[in-house]
Amino acid sequence: MSGSSAVSIRNISKSFGRGASAVRVLDDVSVEIGEREFFTLLGPSGCGKTTLLRLIAGFELADRGVIAIGGQDLTQTPPFRRPVNTVFQSYALFPHLTVEQNVGFALEEQGMARDKIRSRVGEALEMVRMHSFARRRPSELSGGQQQRVALARALAPRPQVLLLDEPLSALDLKLRKEMQIELKQLQAEAGITFLFVTHDQEEALTLSDRVAVMQGGHILQMGPPREIYEAPTHRFVADFIGDINLLEAEALPGDQLRIGQGVTLPMAHGKAGAVTLAIRPERARLTAPGAGTLDATLIHSAYLGTALLHKLELPGGGTFLLRQSEVAQTPLESGSRVGLALPADALRVLDQ
Amino acid sequence: MSASPTLRRLGLLTPALATIGLLVGVPLLLMFWISLLQKGGTSGVDWASVPSGANYLRLVWEEDFDGTMIVNTSYLLILLRSVLQAALTTGLCLLFGLPVALWMAGLGRTQRDIMLLLITIPFWTNLLVRNYAWLIILREDGLVAQTVNAVSPFGPVQLLYNDLAVAIGLTYSFLPFMILPLYTVFEKFDWRLLEAAHDLGATRARALRRVVLPIAGPGILAGSLLVFIPCLGAFVTPALLGGGKTLMLGNIIQMQFGASRNWPFGAALSVVLLALMLIVMTSVALLRNRRAK
Repeated sequence: MSGSSAVSIRNISKSFGRGASAVRVLDDVSVEIGEREFFTLLGPSGCGKTTLLRLIAGFELADRGVIAIGGQDLTQTPPFRRPVNTVFQSYALFPHLTVEQNVGFALEEQGMARDKIRSRVGEALEMVRMHSFARRRPSELSGGQQQRVALARALAPRPQVLLLDEPLSALDLKLRKEMQIELKQLQAEAGITFLFVTHDQEEALTLSDRVAVMQGGHILQMGPPREIYEAPTHRFVADFIGDINLLEAEALPGDQLRIGQGVTLPMAHGKAGAVTLAIRPERARLTAPGAGTLDATLIHSAYLGTALLHKLELPGGGTFLLRQSEVAQTPLESGSRVGLALPADALRVLDQ
Repeated sequence: MSASPTLRRLGLLTPALATIGLLVGVPLLLMFWISLLQKGGTSGVDWASVPSGANYLRLVWEEDFDGTMIVNTSYLLILLRSVLQAALTTGLCLLFGLPVALWMAGLGRTQRDIMLLLITIPFWTNLLVRNYAWLIILREDGLVAQTVNAVSPFGPVQLLYNDLAVAIGLTYSFLPFMILPLYTVFEKFDWRLLEAAHDLGATRARALRRVVLPIAGPGILAGSLLVFIPCLGAFVTPALLGGGKTLMLGNIIQMQFGASRNWPFGAALSVVLLALMLIVMTSVALLRNRRAK
């Protein structure tokens, strides 16, 4: 990210309701989103991600803080004067207008000449491969097609930032995967900053240049998908994204960690007292009993096609998920003793 | 014994057909028949007279003293006035009803129910009573007239017994017929469309024009018909608030069946009114079909 940021959000707070029943949805949130970045706000429902998007679109006004787009302070600007466009979760296509009228709506509002509108609408529809549907009404289109039209409509006025509010959540899995790829290509093609809101962690990891994980009106962690996945700093982030094993441990002096029954691991942690250890299921390994970090009992193995997912019982109680990619092995029987290797570089010490 | 499906269906349809036939068809035919007859002595209709179109001709021509036919525009003027008065009322109802319906659709559940109740409550009172109420409100020594006269720059204003009074009375009477269909449309309206319009650069006024009104079109049409059609035949309000000076078609018809004892002419006027309404409704239906394409 260079000095120029497409969207700059500084110390934004927003509450809904008044007096004692007021709910603080965003609490002193600050984000800088770079030019042409695909930035994702990820979090469970109610975490404030959609509110943040609506504040940037101008549908809500912030209680405190500053929102700048392209270096211009737009905190109090009404939505129709902001250089951003939104792709709505429900698409919100105008039912009384045809596809091309929908896509041309913003251009007409700008007072663009008729033939210029036509060529721009054609371009936008070409981009989402919907030009053959120009004369149809939204009700005559499938969900995926409506999604494409909504995209074209938001892209046609060439906004500085495109806001996408869970745009794929209404599509079925297969279509969603297709649209994910198309979205990514579209962003590269259009060269526009995308601000994407989703609760789907896989979607966030697949699409984004950077992800901000939100919870309770705060951004917990922000970074490239790989960093979020591999080096979560919060227990919530680790738990929310992908499968993860969380182990209660005790930080001992001399860079040692104790996991339950006298098993200690050498690891630099810089903490003291009770900590949480996190390890992804695919980073742990099965070994012969006694050869790993600790021993466990196999409860159940599930065949996933490309991998085996083992559910293990730890000696101190609690279960452990282990994903094994080398499927071509003799299957293990439920109840058998196995060794569990936890490589130190795969372990993360988390904030509570 | 098993009846054929067609026969069975016909049997099942009989009650409905009989009801419509007896309560709608027969009276309509009877009225059309009467409109072709001559007026009689005390009964209003001379049942033995030869059917002719004379009553329809009377709408436009009248017989001069020397027997020549001359054009009489008074009925046509009343017809025109009725259409204009009904159109004005429809316009006023739309003007007042649209914001109310929009506002109501944005309310919470309980408040909506209360508003719906408030709008329907006037129907619990007889139309005549409600018009008398307006008579009291608008009369010279009434509060409204006194207030208006106190601030009027044109000197004392006569509020009662003119077209304005009739328009006020009719608008008041028919406003709910406009609000309710509009409310039904706005209640189902997806307000995110308004956000989408703003997002795409439309101001509030532009969004209203380009998104809200087109989508509310069918509701506006339905409400307008519900106001316009009964307005055209209204006679209580023009009689009371218009003071009998500004007659509408409904008043003339009422007079023919009442004081004038000329049922055939009244029937002819009714048939004309009916035809007028049919023309309006057909053109509206055609308009709607064309727009749906």
